Amino acid sequence: MNSIIRTDELRFSYTTAEGVAPVVLDGVSLEIEEGSFVAVLGHNGSGKSTLAKTFNAVLLPTDGQVLVEGMDTRDESLLLDIRRTVGMVFQNPDNQIVANVVEEDVAFAPENLGVPTEEIRKRVDDALAAVRMSQFVTHAPHLLSGGQKQRVAIAGVIAMEPACIVLDEATAMLDPIGRQEVLSTIHRLNREKGITVVLITHHMNEAEEADRVIVMNDGRVAMDGTPQAVFSQVERLRDMGLTVPDTVDLLDRLRRDGVDVPLDALTVEACAAAICAALG
Amino acid sequence: MKPILEIQHLTHTYGIGTPFQRSAVEDMSFEVYEGEFLGIIGHTGSGKSTLIQHLNGLLKPTEGQILLGGRDIWAEPKKIRDVRFRVGLVFQYPEYQLFEETVYKDIAFGPTNQGKTGEELDHCVRESARLVGVRDDQLEKSPFELSGGQKRRVALAGVLAMEPEVLILDEPTAGLDPAGRENLMANIRDYHRNKGNTIILVSHSMDEIAQNVDRILVLKDAHILMSGAPAEVFARGEELISAGLDVPQITRVAMALRARGLDVDPAVYTVEALERQLLALRKGGAPC
Repeated sequence: MNSIIRTDELRFSYTTAEGVAPVVLDGVSLEIEEGSFVAVLGHNGSGKSTLAKTFNAVLLPTDGQVLVEGMDTRDESLLLDIRRTVGMVFQNPDNQIVANVVEEDVAFAPENLGVPTEEIRKRVDDALAAVRMSQFVTHAPHLLSGGQKQRVAIAGVIAMEPACIVLDEATAMLDPIGRQEVLSTIHRLNREKGITVVLITHHMNEAEEADRVIVMNDGRVAMDGTPQAVFSQVERLRDMGLTVPDTVDLLDRLRRDGVDVPLDALTVEACAAAICAALG
Repeated sequence: MKPILEIQHLTHTYGIGTPFQRSAVEDMSFEVYEGEFLGIIGHTGSGKSTLIQHLNGLLKPTEGQILLGGRDIWAEPKKIRDVRFRVGLVFQYPEYQLFEETVYKDIAFGPTNQGKTGEELDHCVRESARLVGVRDDQLEKSPFELSGGQKRRVALAGVLAMEPEVLILDEPTAGLDPAGRENLMANIRDYHRNKGNTIILVSHSMDEIAQNVDRILVLKDAHILMSGAPAEVFARGEELISAGLDVPQITRVAMALRARGLDVDPAVYTVEALERQLLALRKGGAPC
């Protein structure tokens, strides 16, 4: 498999007004495979959002490098190509709207890229269809629900035809329904269009269906593996200020009680099946 | 139990006489008891926000009444300010409302307006800062130097400092990480235990509601869909799900176990309780 994003010994520190430079990323080396769905977890201040922002050159490495399809993000002449390859969706839906009409909002990026008019029309329609918002083409974005706004924001990113979408806590401000809308949208885009997805979140259950889970702690990669492998390490996650899904918590307790259940039955169904098998 | 708030046939209609006329709350009646920890849940658009803004007089009912301690809060409109001192409302993302030069001054704003001065004011500010875990050395800092989670604590302290009889929290943990959520809820539980004041918690998270409150009010389409102790409400899991609401993950595991023929209580909503039930079943040798 090809990697779409690669970081080598990536370091990042902010410079504050007093001139001190707290280290936010402390030597991160990882590769994101093309077409994969990767969830990045970590508590506030673990460096997960900063990491995400280095993926499309919103932030540049203090040391080390980030390669996007082989392009070094520090090379300013490649900036447009990098941003075209990796699109970002941010936390607050209200901060990402730029136009008064949904279709104009989605057309903003391709217009700036100089895409011909007919092609823009097609891209906008396709992008809105992909997030199932076609019926809102001429609506005013500010009147949509939070989940719908985020889907429009995702459509705006898709209209650039990126190979990868990074969602930086894009579901944090949404209610459960809005969150579900956004999650099922990005899973579908990943599956059907082969778009690589990097999902930054602190909701553990959003990571359950990812191909891979990366846990950040103190600016480093603390854990990296399948959701089953990561979430079964109950103690380590708790030590890092993270919780485990309730399913894993229950299985962990039952194991301590001497019930022979596996720790990696993450989903509700898998958990119920595992318990039945052990008690039956 | 004595009611502190009585909501009687409350209706609120937006945009009366326009094509956009819509009732966000319709003929809603319920009581909130003294010292109770009440949870309100419902998805976006169910009427939660409109409802809670009536409880301290930020919105006026289109129809119906709100009684606080047995008195209509709009009986004397000029005294509505007193109602706002007695019923404290902490909005979503309250950290955006900080404005003072120091954390201390920000927390002191409410009680100063209540007329508190000197020793009493100082005690109030320090006590509420302590309740939410804001350290003494942070009091002289600018609130804008603090992290998001700390700012939210300061905003909460500002409302606690007015010593409200009823505290309403609208999504207090939205956007915090798991440890931040748990810390803040622990502070709120301590406050409730120590002061015995009434708390109304509005949340999207069934898990958060399940773990904290005595009673749940479920709203749907401007009406009350259900009301009862967490166990009563979650026993109706299927109904909640079909109403577009979430149920705690553990309740869903219990439902899946029942579907497999295991005799667990469908009303279980904590990991500990389900663990106990499963251990009891194992002893009894219950097969799936």
